[in-house]
Amino acid sequence: MTERADDDAVVVELRQLSRTFGREAPVTALSAVDLVIRRGDHLSITGPSGAGKSTMLNILGLLDRPSAGEYLLDGAPTSPLDDRRRSALRGSRIGFVFQSFHLLPTRSVLGNVLLAFTYGDVPRAERMRRAIGALDRVGLSHRRDFSPVTLSGGERQRVAIARAVCAGPALLLADEPTGNLDRSTADSVLALFDELNADGLTLVVITHDARVADRARRQVRIADGRLTEEPPAAKRSERDRMASA
Amino acid sequence: MKLRELATEALEGVGAKPGRLLISVLGSVVGIGALVLTIGLGQTAAGQLASHFDAIAATHVEAVPAGVRGADGKEHASSPLPTDAVERVTALAGVESAALLGEVPLGGAELTAVPVHDPALAPVTPPAVWAADGDVIGALDGHLQRGRFFDAGHVARGDRVVVLGREAADDLGVHEIDSRPSVFLGTTAYTVIGILDAASTRRELLAAAIIPITAARHDFPGMPPPDTLALRIALGASELVGHQVPIALDSAHPENVSIAAALSTTTLETGVRGDVDTVFFAIGVITLLAGGLGIANVTLLSVSERTGEIGLRRALGASRRQIAGQFVLESLVVGVLGGMVGSATGVAAVVTVSAIRGWTPVLDLTLTLACTALGGAVGLLAGAYPSVRAARIEPAEALRGGAG
Repeated sequence: MTERADDDAVVVELRQLSRTFGREAPVTALSAVDLVIRRGDHLSITGPSGAGKSTMLNILGLLDRPSAGEYLLDGAPTSPLDDRRRSALRGSRIGFVFQSFHLLPTRSVLGNVLLAFTYGDVPRAERMRRAIGALDRVGLSHRRDFSPVTLSGGERQRVAIARAVCAGPALLLADEPTGNLDRSTADSVLALFDELNADGLTLVVITHDARVADRARRQVRIADGRLTEEPPAAKRSERDRMASA
Repeated sequence: MKLRELATEALEGVGAKPGRLLISVLGSVVGIGALVLTIGLGQTAAGQLASHFDAIAATHVEAVPAGVRGADGKEHASSPLPTDAVERVTALAGVESAALLGEVPLGGAELTAVPVHDPALAPVTPPAVWAADGDVIGALDGHLQRGRFFDAGHVARGDRVVVLGREAADDLGVHEIDSRPSVFLGTTAYTVIGILDAASTRRELLAAAIIPITAARHDFPGMPPPDTLALRIALGASELVGHQVPIALDSAHPENVSIAAALSTTTLETGVRGDVDTVFFAIGVITLLAGGLGIANVTLLSVSERTGEIGLRRALGASRRQIAGQFVLESLVVGVLGGMVGSATGVAAVVTVSAIRGWTPVLDLTLTLACTALGGAVGLLAGAYPSVRAARIEPAEALRGGAG
C-alpha cells in the first residue's frame, strides 16, 4: 500500500492560502492559512458548519483552486498545473473517502475498487493484484463479487477505503467518514484508519465528531476561515485537569 | 486513460440502467426505423412504378418516319408512313395491336359542343383532334371510360364518329353518351361514341378528340399523312419487331422508319421517384430529429442523475475532458444501438408492408449501414451538450450529494 520512507518528508504545505467565493460580495472561506502535513501524519480538521472545512478538503484534494497563496503537494506548487495534470495528480497521489461512500451500485465490490485505476496508468494485471490486496486489507476480499447494495454501511465504507488506498496515495482525505455509521461500525472504520496510518499513510479527516477528531495525533480547528492547531487530545485532557485543579 | 478504457466505462455506463437505455435507444430506434421504413417504402413504391413503366416500355413501341437532315441543316421526315400501315404490320409475328395516329390540322375550325360562336363566352383553347386507324386502345394501352372505340367498319365507311379524351369531354361538357350526343368540328357534326379514360403511352390524347382517319381525310383534305404507328408487341419481341416493321412499312428504304420506345420512362420515373423520396426523406429526417432530441434529453437526465458518480470519477483522477468523452461515447453507443435496432426494425417493416401489399421489397442495403452510422452521428450530436454539462460539474459540489 503506502511506503514508509523519510518520515519527515512534507506531503502538504499551505502558504498563506486563501479562498474567497463571489465577486460582488465576497465570502472568505479560508484566510491566509499556513499548514504543513508530513508523511505519516494523522490530522483532524474540525470546526462549525460553514467554517471552511469542506473548502479546505477540496483544496487539499485538488478539487478546487485557492484564490491566493500557494499549495505545495510533495514539495511542488500546484497552482501552475492545468486540469489534466491536476486530475492525474489527484488520481495517483490523493485518495478520498466520503460520508456517503459513493459506490456505484451497478458494479461489484471489486469493480468499485478497480475504478480507482481507470484514469491512471497502472498495468491491468497489477491493478487486479492491488485491488484484491486492498480488499484483503479492509477484510472484505470474501465479498469482492457482491453488489455494494447488499453490504452494510460499515462494509460499504470499507470498500470505499479500499478504493481510496489501492492506488497507493500519498494523502488520504476523509470527509465525515463515520457520519453515516452507527457507533460500533464507526469504531471499526476508525480502527482501520489507525492501522493504515500506522502503516505510513498520511491521513486528514474532516469531522464534526470530537471522538473521531480525538483519534488524530494532530488536531486543527477552523473558525471563520482561520486555522488554529490544538494540542493533541492527551495533552489537552492533562491541561484541562491541571486547570481544574 | 486509453480509448479502450473509455469505451469500457461508456459501455458500463450505458448498460448500468437497462430501463434508461431502453428509453434513450427507443428515440433513435423510432427515428431510424421511420427513416429506413419511409425510404425503403419509397424505394419499393418507386420500384413498383418502375416495373410498371418497364412493362409498358417493353411492350409498347412506335414506328415513326426517320428524320433526315435536309440541305438547310434541319431535320425533316424522310417519307410518310403508308396509309395501310396498320394492315401491313398486324400480320407480323410479335405485333399484337397497331394503330396509326396523326394530328388533324383544323385550319381555323374548332371542336365545339354547339356550332354557334357565342362572343359572350370566354375564349378557351379547343381540344386537338387526332385521326386514327386500327386498334388504338390496344396499341396505346388505353382504357375507355364509357362507350366504345370506333372499329374497322367505322373507318372503312368514313363514319363521322368521335371518341373524346376524358379531359376534352369535360371541357366540352359531354358526360353521358347514351343519347349519342354530337360535337362539331367546324360545322360538321360528329357523334360521340366513347370517352377515353387512359392512354398510358399517349397521355395527350386525353385532352383531344379522336376521329376515324377516313373521316378526317374527307373533311380535312389537306391533312398530312399520319406520322405515328403505335404498336403493342409481345414481351421480348422488340428486336424482331424493330427489324421487321421498318421493312413492312418501307421495304425499299427500311432505314426511313425508326422504331422507338413508346414513352420516355426515365423522365417520368425519375420524377415520381424523386417526389416520393423527398417526401419520405423529409418525414424520416423529422422523426430522426425527434429521436435525437430524445437521446439528448435522456443523456441530460442521466448527467443530472449521475452527478455523484461524475464527482467520484473526478476525485479518482478523471479530467473534465475524460468526463465529457465518456458521456459523448455513451451517447454515441446509444445512437449506434438505436441505429442498428432501428435499421433492422425498418427493414422488417418494409418487408412486412411489401408482403402484405404484394410488392417486391426494394431496399438499398447500404442504406441500413448508413442509417446505423447516422444513428451514431445523431447520438454524437445529441451527447455534445450533456457531455459539456457533465464536464462543467464541480466535483466538490457533486460529491456532496449521492449515496452508494
